[in-house]
Amino acid sequence: MAKPKVATASLAGCFGCHMTVLDIDDRILKLIELVDFDKSPIDDIKHFTGRCAVGLIEGGCCNEENVHTLQDFRKHCDVLISVGDCATMGGIPAMRNGIPLEECYAEAYLVGPSVHNPSGRIPNDPELPLLLDKVYPCQEVVKMDYHIPGCPPSADTIWETLVALLSNKTVDLPYELIKYD
Amino acid sequence: MNPNLETDIRQICKEFGNDRGRMMDIVIAVQKKHGCVNDDAMDLIAKTVATHRVEVESTVSFYAFLSTRPRGTIVIRLCHDIIDKMHGSDAVAAALAREVGVPFGQTTSDGKITLEYAPCLGLCDQAPAALVNDVPVTNLSTDKARWMVQELRKHHDPNQLVTEFGDGNNAHELIRSMVYNNIRKRGEVVFAEMKPGEALQKALSMSPAEVIREIKASRLRGRGGAGFPTGMKWEFTRGAPGDNRYVMCNADEGEPGTFKDRVILTECPDLMFEGMTIAGYAIGGNTGILYLRGEYAYLRSYLEHVLADRRKKGLLGKSVCGAKHCFDFDIRIQMGAGAYVCGEETALISSCEGTRGDPKNRPPYPAQKGYLDCPSVVNNVETLCCAARIMEKGAAWFAQMGTTDSPGTKLLSVSGDCKRPGVYEVPFGIPVREVLAMVGAEDAMAIQIGGASGQMVGPKDYDRPISYEGLATGGSLMVFGPKRNVLEAAHMFMDFFVEESCGYCTPCRVGNVLLKDRLEKILNGQGEPGDLDYLQELGQTVKVLSRCGLGQTSSNPVLTTLKNFRNVYEGLVKVNQDKFQSSFDIKAALTPARKIIGRESVIYT
Repeated sequence: MAKPKVATASLAGCFGCHMTVLDIDDRILKLIELVDFDKSPIDDIKHFTGRCAVGLIEGGCCNEENVHTLQDFRKHCDVLISVGDCATMGGIPAMRNGIPLEECYAEAYLVGPSVHNPSGRIPNDPELPLLLDKVYPCQEVVKMDYHIPGCPPSADTIWETLVALLSNKTVDLPYELIKYD
Repeated sequence: MNPNLETDIRQICKEFGNDRGRMMDIVIAVQKKHGCVNDDAMDLIAKTVATHRVEVESTVSFYAFLSTRPRGTIVIRLCHDIIDKMHGSDAVAAALAREVGVPFGQTTSDGKITLEYAPCLGLCDQAPAALVNDVPVTNLSTDKARWMVQELRKHHDPNQLVTEFGDGNNAHELIRSMVYNNIRKRGEVVFAEMKPGEALQKALSMSPAEVIREIKASRLRGRGGAGFPTGMKWEFTRGAPGDNRYVMCNADEGEPGTFKDRVILTECPDLMFEGMTIAGYAIGGNTGILYLRGEYAYLRSYLEHVLADRRKKGLLGKSVCGAKHCFDFDIRIQMGAGAYVCGEETALISSCEGTRGDPKNRPPYPAQKGYLDCPSVVNNVETLCCAARIMEKGAAWFAQMGTTDSPGTKLLSVSGDCKRPGVYEVPFGIPVREVLAMVGAEDAMAIQIGGASGQMVGPKDYDRPISYEGLATGGSLMVFGPKRNVLEAAHMFMDFFVEESCGYCTPCRVGNVLLKDRLEKILNGQGEPGDLDYLQELGQTVKVLSRCGLGQTSSNPVLTTLKNFRNVYEGLVKVNQDKFQSSFDIKAALTPARKIIGRESVIYT
């Protein structure tokens, strides 16, 4: 039987959650016995090659490309998991939500203390995705099946969750793994 | 700085003994004189009563009627609770905004008129209603709203808006209000004749322990809604160690749709004060506090007059009813300033102590540690009236009315889609159907019983009795006719709780917002079946984990509509095949960026 496939994406996140996936250390060898990786920055596969059992999403949606990627994941994955606080609640990027978008663009491209932009224009290349009016947590854009909190969630939490999911068992996380203060 | 400010503040603080425990009275008085409590005023008050500036500011910023910035000399507060909306308050609001020339929440540039919304003013039986400063204006129409503003522009005197008086004591020279009592049915307990002093004399001829025994024998339970046995509460308070004990009367009638205490305060304050005095005697206390909600400030002079009269008659003050009883007792009125949560007993105590109306942790209960950490009894207005009547007529007489678990009568405040809104004194145990026939609402599609925090029930429950063991209510009964949308009603109640949550605990502060958002999603036709489970689960969480009675009941509108009107919810949700959230609108989310950057999206064309 073919191994189930896992895909991952980092949207408006810092890649910290992806780094933590690597933090499972030598268990990564066990992991590749259990699953194949599909579209993911880990193997640099850019497009889905087929249906995936699990999609791990880091980060919320701050621009149109994030939305597009997330919707693509929803189409291709049976189970979609928000990994970390940004995916679950918006996290640090969502701190801009109280600030008008115009001011955010200005700070980034026009008036910020480290900005060097003699043209005085906001870049307008079609390659640059348009920002959304605010940063959305993933479940406000598509239905998410599970949420793993943490900034980042520990490697053990991610590992236990994946193993439970792939072996069709109820995930039973010990208190230490879901305690955050 | 206004040169008079300092003198005035010194004077006002002195009047209240430079006691920071009287902060409510101090800031209300300062605002009355200077229009607001500004930064200078807060600094001066803090200095004068030897407290921190932040203590003053936390109080001022908490209450809706207090302001740190100047408002208009006339503040129009339009009630926008659900019943007023059903009676057209939205159109009245639009007419007011047009006539005044500013939107709600703002003040005219000449500083004359401010427009604000207020949650339930306790005038649902004569809705839409507004408060113009302290003056209630009832039965508003768009014409009347326009007329009101034109009049105010002429004479700047809200009192002149009252061209005819309401019934009963509303015409009393110290009230002079257009409010109507609308007493539709008088029972034998609250609305019967009374002779001031009679019940008190009887109580004083007994020992305090005997008085408590009599109240316990009557099986009287609290009329505010929770239904705690009154005799037991008094006994605990009497038994708790402490030098002083206090009787607090909860007249912070803020539960939407409730207005029966307003009628008691207008028509039978003697009975209520007598109940307070009896409670004082029973628990061994010398001081009573009537916590009067800010919305009922127009009744204050009259109530002060009744208190003065009782002092003159020897029913209050030193040696009540003669020296032989060795009982001193007096009552003061504590004004509230617009905060629903202060109807919760521990929040009420916080407010009386001069701080924000934050609920306190229980235990210790007020009976052990209440006002100023002394044992205190907090009773509803109606409960104290019942207690007085029980002393007058005996526990057995009282207990034979109503049901075994809910003896006596209950005042119902009926409003909404019915022919005869008003106050009804009915025996406990009366079936809903009978009440609906009485009020002229046989076709009711739903009723909300117990206020916003109560339950919404439909026709299948109309044969159930109104009682603690059946459908419990602190007095509010709102009727929804066949054309109303129960989910919209639930949504408006959630709006109310989001506004009135004190913000102290997360389940209530955040949970109610999430409940409201999800309900909105469903109302917009974007819901899916899973949203109903979400509402159920979150509603339960808010109920179980909130700190005080507000949060513990705030999810009821959602939970009871889910239970009793599930078909309405199910008709609005649909299975979401692609699992994309239909509430997320990518086009709308991109609009600001498209405008700033000046191009269209290449992905979402």
